[in-house]
Amino acid sequence: MNGLYLVAIGKVPAQALDWVENATAEWFPLPIRRLPPLPIPESAFDAKRGQYQSVEIMKMLAQHAPNDADRVLGITDVDLAIPMLSFLFGQAQFDGPIAVVSLCRLHQEFYGLPPEESLLRERTAKEVLHELGHTFGLVHCSEPTCAMSLATHIELVDAKAEQYCARCGMQLVQRFTSKEATV
Amino acid sequence: MKKNWPILVVDDEDVMCESMGAWLREDGYHVDTAPDGKKAVELAKSMDYAICFVDLKMPGGMDGIETMMEIHRVRPEASIIIITAYATVDTAIQAMKEGAQEYIVKPCNPQEISMLVSRILKLKKLQSENAILRKKLNRQYRHYDIITKNPRMDEILALTKDVADLRSTVLIRGDSGTGKELVARAVHFSGNRAEKPFIVVSCAALTETLLESELFGYEKGAFTGAAAQTKGKFEMANGGTIFLDEIGDISPKLQADLLRVLQERRFYRIGGTQEVEVDVRIIAATNKDLAEEVKEGKFREDLYYRLNVIEIHLPPLRQRREDIPLLAEHFVQHISSALGRDVTGISAAALNVLISYDWPGNVRELENVIERAIVTCRNGMLDEQDFSWLQRSVGQPQNWEVPDVSLGELERRAIVAALERKHGNVKEASTALGIDRSTLYDKLKRYEIVH
Repeated sequence: MNGLYLVAIGKVPAQALDWVENATAEWFPLPIRRLPPLPIPESAFDAKRGQYQSVEIMKMLAQHAPNDADRVLGITDVDLAIPMLSFLFGQAQFDGPIAVVSLCRLHQEFYGLPPEESLLRERTAKEVLHELGHTFGLVHCSEPTCAMSLATHIELVDAKAEQYCARCGMQLVQRFTSKEATV
Repeated sequence: MKKNWPILVVDDEDVMCESMGAWLREDGYHVDTAPDGKKAVELAKSMDYAICFVDLKMPGGMDGIETMMEIHRVRPEASIIIITAYATVDTAIQAMKEGAQEYIVKPCNPQEISMLVSRILKLKKLQSENAILRKKLNRQYRHYDIITKNPRMDEILALTKDVADLRSTVLIRGDSGTGKELVARAVHFSGNRAEKPFIVVSCAALTETLLESELFGYEKGAFTGAAAQTKGKFEMANGGTIFLDEIGDISPKLQADLLRVLQERRFYRIGGTQEVEVDVRIIAATNKDLAEEVKEGKFREDLYYRLNVIEIHLPPLRQRREDIPLLAEHFVQHISSALGRDVTGISAAALNVLISYDWPGNVRELENVIERAIVTCRNGMLDEQDFSWLQRSVGQPQNWEVPDVSLGELERRAIVAALERKHGNVKEASTALGIDRSTLYDKLKRYEIVH
């Protein structure tokens, strides 16, 4: 078994990677390692929208993935989008090695409210579990408190728990315990 | 995976296809992408996409509207969502006019797309459930399930449509196996009572007292064993249709009771003192010549006229031989799939055998004969030899020495011979004779054959 690599893209809050590491260590039986921070790729910036195209960021993550990486998870503080959607909390390759989570819309300040670090930590953990879940083949869950439920606005993120529901959790366990499984 | 609902994303920009595809896959959908209209149509030919997201502006080749129209030609059921970067009212109107389900301007709020997709799929699920249920409900009762190209049958079908919405009583006459119940169902299910019950009562199958309680129901304590008030078939059919099969067999007392229901649409439950009023359409059927029965004093004349408001007389199968190939093909498909057999058709030679046979048991006999042939068929095609037993029993009339007797006597002798061959087993004898059991019983009575 190789490793799950965490990497900051651009400037992120000081403790963000610690929060991510704690959340992931609880669910994924993989060694968690950190890569040196990466700059935000210029090609990702969409001047018209003032946002960053997540596809470009994921391409950069794939280029910087170490040979022994099972998964590479990027954390960024910039606002992510894809051409079709006005924003994304994060994106993952479904059943693939790369995922990215943006903290931009997880900050209370984004909604004109005073900062709240513990809430930011919780939201970060939930979104990290969500995107990593996709990389391990989990699809959206209909249980609103499961980390895998689809959140299209921040209230739905807050409605989730920092954990998978029993069904999604079991699916992960099966994935890690099945003999043929490649993580 | 929600594999039943595959989605196609058509856009000339790679990044758009890739990111939208990834986002939808996270929701569990099978997603394909195409860089242009040509590829999209090609994919649509092999996959039944539930939803296609199509970019309006695609350089070179087909634009979004053309692509949508081409996809619709292949997959008329696909819901197309036209995507554009700039909203203009004109293009939106054009897209909707040409059949787009939705028109959205990118970028779009994730919640909007998520709700749009689930709304469309919910509708599709309901539509497909509805189609399945409708099909089940109407299965064999619609006019086009009565398979015919015979002009007389066509007239009958036209008549069933004309009378479908009326409440008038219909009397269906015809030999056993000519499809009297099918026609009764066609009248019911194509009229304004289709959503209401269609209740079948076989009058020959029950004794007088049983039939009486079956038709009219009874009050608690009306007779020994009447533990609770029970509704009869007339009440069950309220608002709908009651089909009284083999009406010629009912007793004089029931004829009188029935006459009253026909006149007043009211009756008493057995042991009841309160009148029950019903709105029921009556369709009766018989293989007897009721006019003859009236003459002989066996059937009430007034009831006969009440029943015979609209008369439908079904011809025997031998008088509509042109329908035999159509019916045979239909039964082959239907029975082989019901039995899980891989019989796909019937050869011309085999059809000739069937066409030249006289079918005393009519369509029902044809169905039974084909079922037997399918069960014993060794390859995927019914051929002459699969019906050789049928040929042997009736196909060589030229070798018979026909005795110089009346037709009735000939029939009597055939019945006696069949009973002897089957050692008195009426069921087997009736199958061998190609008539149903009640007809055989009738004939036994008529010819006074002591069985």
